[in-house]
Amino acid sequence: MRPYAIEVKDVSFSYDKAPVLKDVSFSLEQGDFLAIIGPNGGGKTTLLKLLLGILKPNKGVIKILGRSPHNARHRVGYIPQTTDFNMTFPVSALEIALMGRLSRLNLGRWYSREDRSKAKELLRKVGMWDYRHTPIGKLSGGQRQRVFIARALATDPEILCLDEPTASVDPEFESDLYAFLKELNKKVTIVVITHDVGVISSHIKSVACVNRSLVFHGEGHISPEMLNMAYQCPIDLIAHGIPHRVLPTHKEK
Amino acid sequence: MWEAMQFEFMRNALIGGILVSISCGIIGTLVVVNRIAFISGGIAHAAYGGIGLAFYFGLPPSLGAALFSVVVSMIMGAVSLRSKHRADTIIGVLWAVGMGLGIILIDLTPGYNVDLMSYLFGSILTVPKIDIWFMIPLDIFIVLITLVFYKEFLAMSYDEDFAFVVGVPVKTLYFLLLCLTALSIVMIIRVVGLILVIALLTIPPYIAERYTTSLGKMMVLSSFLGTLFTVVGLWISYNYDLTSGATIIMVAGLGFFLSQAVDLLMRRAHLSQPRM
Repeated sequence: MRPYAIEVKDVSFSYDKAPVLKDVSFSLEQGDFLAIIGPNGGGKTTLLKLLLGILKPNKGVIKILGRSPHNARHRVGYIPQTTDFNMTFPVSALEIALMGRLSRLNLGRWYSREDRSKAKELLRKVGMWDYRHTPIGKLSGGQRQRVFIARALATDPEILCLDEPTASVDPEFESDLYAFLKELNKKVTIVVITHDVGVISSHIKSVACVNRSLVFHGEGHISPEMLNMAYQCPIDLIAHGIPHRVLPTHKEK
Repeated sequence: MWEAMQFEFMRNALIGGILVSISCGIIGTLVVVNRIAFISGGIAHAAYGGIGLAFYFGLPPSLGAALFSVVVSMIMGAVSLRSKHRADTIIGVLWAVGMGLGIILIDLTPGYNVDLMSYLFGSILTVPKIDIWFMIPLDIFIVLITLVFYKEFLAMSYDEDFAFVVGVPVKTLYFLLLCLTALSIVMIIRVVGLILVIALLTIPPYIAERYTTSLGKMMVLSSFLGTLFTVVGLWISYNYDLTSGATIIMVAGLGFFLSQAVDLLMRRAHLSQPRM
């Protein structure tokens, strides 16, 4: 049997005293497309960082592709939340894409020809090859996000984790991104933290509502009950100008 | 300045200043982009404890300062990773305790009156040849380490989490960087003194960052700017009989404000251009 992409058992985590995540358990099949939703400060990013091995749980076990997160590091791609960080950093789009080719194995060696052609291929794929020499701070939010996607894919990941990839980007990029992820999902397991419950609902296969605890739903639609649980307040699911239905039809009372 | 070059102490000062500027440009760039200027300040001041220990036990002060500041930098690194929320306070405590220890130990050292001022504000004009022989291998070591681990340092500095996820040993690199910083600081103390270390470490990279598009270029330009400030400062301090370390820092500070002003003017000019 194939190991689960992600297996989380009774995981709790706290930075200080108050638990950020408590008794979280779920498992995700390979090839799944998981949306993590929940209020800000509810522990979504913390959960992602635990899955990536950046943080270690206080309690419980996490397995990524049947191994510890630490040993599965090079098999997971990561697109961090990028609200304007390091805008003045002198680094080009190409150098950032190449970072995806780093690993423990090529420590202290220069990038190989293969690494460079991989970075080139991926920058072409996301439409950023023409901007390869542009400093990252000079790119728009959407362009920057494309570079980060190229960087994450350069690791040849089996699981791709995205932390609010559409925060501070243009709406056009948003629909492009989800179409791109849907295509990618044919080969790669995808985990995405998002507030765009509207656009995403036609692509996802399962949903996790995170607010200190986690409720996992194996079906790919987001119900009002789930949102109420996750955000603890009723949320308007009607998204304007989005050409597909967000909620399954339900009868008038 | 040229007639001054016939004096050996001036030649040593010039060579020392250039060697320090090179390591300052490379390490300073990494200090600025990794935001460890505060730790660097802590290491610089705590290094005085090492100088005190060296005098007390009759060792060469540079050696004492080097060993002690490497140890202190490792402790500060561990603290900054362990207790992130109070790291600055603990570093501040080590900063002060290191200095206090140094002063007490020198008080206790019999019959020897160390010129405290020369460590606080540097004494580039009294750099002995032996210190230059210590600076050359250190510069070579810093350049080599940076060349070998350039792409890892770049990834760690830009996005530590991502670097960790792809398998870069970020913690090891962080401690390596702190160790190199500590050794550079001991060199810089010779030139501008421990109080002014931070200025020489951060001003050139800060200016260079705006005019460069890669970390490597930022290092090269910082080294060049550092050399310029040191040489000009040295020349002024020689001609007008001023404290060399303080003069070098004043020149660097002038460079800093000039670059700010140029930046401001350029932005104004850019804004006032008619929109297309």
